[in-house]
Amino acid sequence: MDILNALVAFLNFVFVPALAYGSQLALGALGVTLIYGILRFSNFAHGDTMAFGTMVTILVTWWMQSVGITFGVLPTALLALPFGIAATAAFALGTDRVIYRFYRKQKAAPVILVMVSLGVMFVMNGIVRLIIGVEDQNFADGGRFLISAGDFKEMTGLAEGLAIKGTQAVTVVTAIVVMGLLFWFLQKTRTGKSMRAFSDNEDLALLSGINPDRVVQITWIIAAALATIAGVLYGLDKSFKPFTYFQLLLPIFAAAIVGGLGSPIGAIAGGFVIAFSEVMVTYAWKKVVTYLVPESMAPDGLVQLMTTDYKFAVSFAILILVLIFMPTGLFKGKSV
Amino acid sequence: MKKLLLATTATALMAGAASAEDVKLGILLGFTGPLESTVPDMAKGAEFAVKEVNDSGKFTLGTVTTVNGDTTCVDAAAATAAAERLVTSDGVKAIVGGDCSGVTGAVLQNVARPNGIGMISPSATSPALSTAEDDGLFFRTAPSDARQGEIMADILSEKGIKSVAVTYTNNDYGKGLADSFGAAFAAKGGSVTISTPHEDGKADYSAEVASLAAAGGEMLIVAGYVDQGGKGVIQASLDSGAFSSFYLVDGMYGDSLIEAIGEPLNGSFGAVPGTDSPGAAAYEEAAKAAGFDGSNAFSKESYDAAALILLSMAAANSTNSKDWSAKVMDLANAPGEPILPGELGKALELIAAGTDIDYVGASAVELVGAGESAGAYREYEIKEGKIETVKFR
Repeated sequence: MDILNALVAFLNFVFVPALAYGSQLALGALGVTLIYGILRFSNFAHGDTMAFGTMVTILVTWWMQSVGITFGVLPTALLALPFGIAATAAFALGTDRVIYRFYRKQKAAPVILVMVSLGVMFVMNGIVRLIIGVEDQNFADGGRFLISAGDFKEMTGLAEGLAIKGTQAVTVVTAIVVMGLLFWFLQKTRTGKSMRAFSDNEDLALLSGINPDRVVQITWIIAAALATIAGVLYGLDKSFKPFTYFQLLLPIFAAAIVGGLGSPIGAIAGGFVIAFSEVMVTYAWKKVVTYLVPESMAPDGLVQLMTTDYKFAVSFAILILVLIFMPTGLFKGKSV
Repeated sequence: MKKLLLATTATALMAGAASAEDVKLGILLGFTGPLESTVPDMAKGAEFAVKEVNDSGKFTLGTVTTVNGDTTCVDAAAATAAAERLVTSDGVKAIVGGDCSGVTGAVLQNVARPNGIGMISPSATSPALSTAEDDGLFFRTAPSDARQGEIMADILSEKGIKSVAVTYTNNDYGKGLADSFGAAFAAKGGSVTISTPHEDGKADYSAEVASLAAAGGEMLIVAGYVDQGGKGVIQASLDSGAFSSFYLVDGMYGDSLIEAIGEPLNGSFGAVPGTDSPGAAAYEEAAKAAGFDGSNAFSKESYDAAALILLSMAAANSTNSKDWSAKVMDLANAPGEPILPGELGKALELIAAGTDIDYVGASAVELVGAGESAGAYREYEIKEGKIETVKFR
């Protein structure tokens, strides 16, 4: 019984939140890694691309809610998502056409492109704040809980409750579906294969007649879609605020680099590694340990490695360790 | 530049000419910065008291004028410079201010004490100011957060709650309040299982709530801001089933919280500074007629601060800070004829006749300890989505 309680406490406070957070990071990191693999630069504007896509989705969601369109128990934002993706893809393509293409033609060094993306980031940052404002925005609707803590306690008779929010379930399911689609696309379709060829060896790909402009366009569209989905899921699960999306850039890059830049599988693994370490290192294990050990050995302290203030420090530390000991990441991406 | 010079010279000349029979009162508040939305009604409160005194025609030391200074609320250097200007170039005889605790402490040590100028702050609540060296020159019409800590401990122990978890917003206000509550609660035999900070403006507080839940406790004390991290922590606690009832400090008071959280908030309770004294209602009405909102935070305390200074000057028959600051405690506390807002003229008459007065004012002033408001609090509970007053303390 006590082992069960320990397990439920662990699931409720560590596993479920980390799983949802990890899925959101993984989707974000996938976008970063795709851009890095094919366009060969670190896109610092990715966090704000997420914010932009989420903003459009929120605006469409509000419009849908005002005319009475809902999605039953699922959040209305899922219906609005395609509009968000379309707008973000159009914006990304426009940015590429106006800004990035110029530098690509010059064969600019990657570090210049990184700085360019920094500029794009600030502009998008400003646009999002101008349109929707700097405050918190809530746009989640539909069923709030899959299981609430109280119901779970009643059902099982355990002392610990397990809460699974509807948005957490939606996040994980959507992430799995999106990842599946992406891998199918990259492995099985002609366009996907040409993208991988372009990423592996640009010259050879050009020689075999792959249209580089098309590859670049498809990459932006996919990256924009991934960013919007990641952003909307994060916003549904937590809340939308432009500044926090800007801050998300750090764990997303940490995830992409830990997994190996340019490697899609790595991005997913990296997302979960970062999310689980952030939550587990800063979790106070007192409750779980108290359930597991005999009463006489129950800890007085909180059994917490670091306070939650150091959450971001965990991402940083992992990032540095990986860069020192395995610069190509867990899944042999490109070295940074 | 030339124009500016001319203008400054002209102002200085005019100020020089007028100062002969003027009593200048400095209003040193954060007209810019984090409190800039609250400060206008505070300044108007102080000016309202000045106007009332002037209009009564019974203030014999001269016509009272006010000079504004900006503390910025957060920048101690800017606040010190502004106070320095008020004292040395404008020649104010007393200061209403500062507003935020940090800058108030800086002004007290760097300007007020060296120059021997008395100040009454309407809104600095840090417990640290209770023990600051002040040469008897510093008072406040706002209660110290140490007082709120005691009120919280009283309310909780009366409800029979023995162990709580505390989360506070990571700044001087949150930390000071959490510390003073911890001490007061321990003295009552309660225990704080964990006292942990949260950063404002984050999207996700599940990690913070996880450690709070691990430490446990009968309920969660949320010492934060209603539109910031405090709300996020409550939401995350309810979502994960970590806590189901909350104690809300003064920063967490607001209808927006009930709107955002809804039904699960029923049964939570808290306390905010507040009084049921007739002075509060009278002041709010008079303020409305004068075209400003007297119910805004610390507006009443500002009125009282300015009124106390002027009445003390009248009682001491001197504008010298050393003289009038010695009178403040006598006037603010019983015994004596109680004085409400709008009765400043009557108070001046009584003082002139040598009758003892007890200044009650808009915020039911009662100065204790080192010259700070005893602090009346309104205990409330949230029932069926409404804030219901339980009692006044």
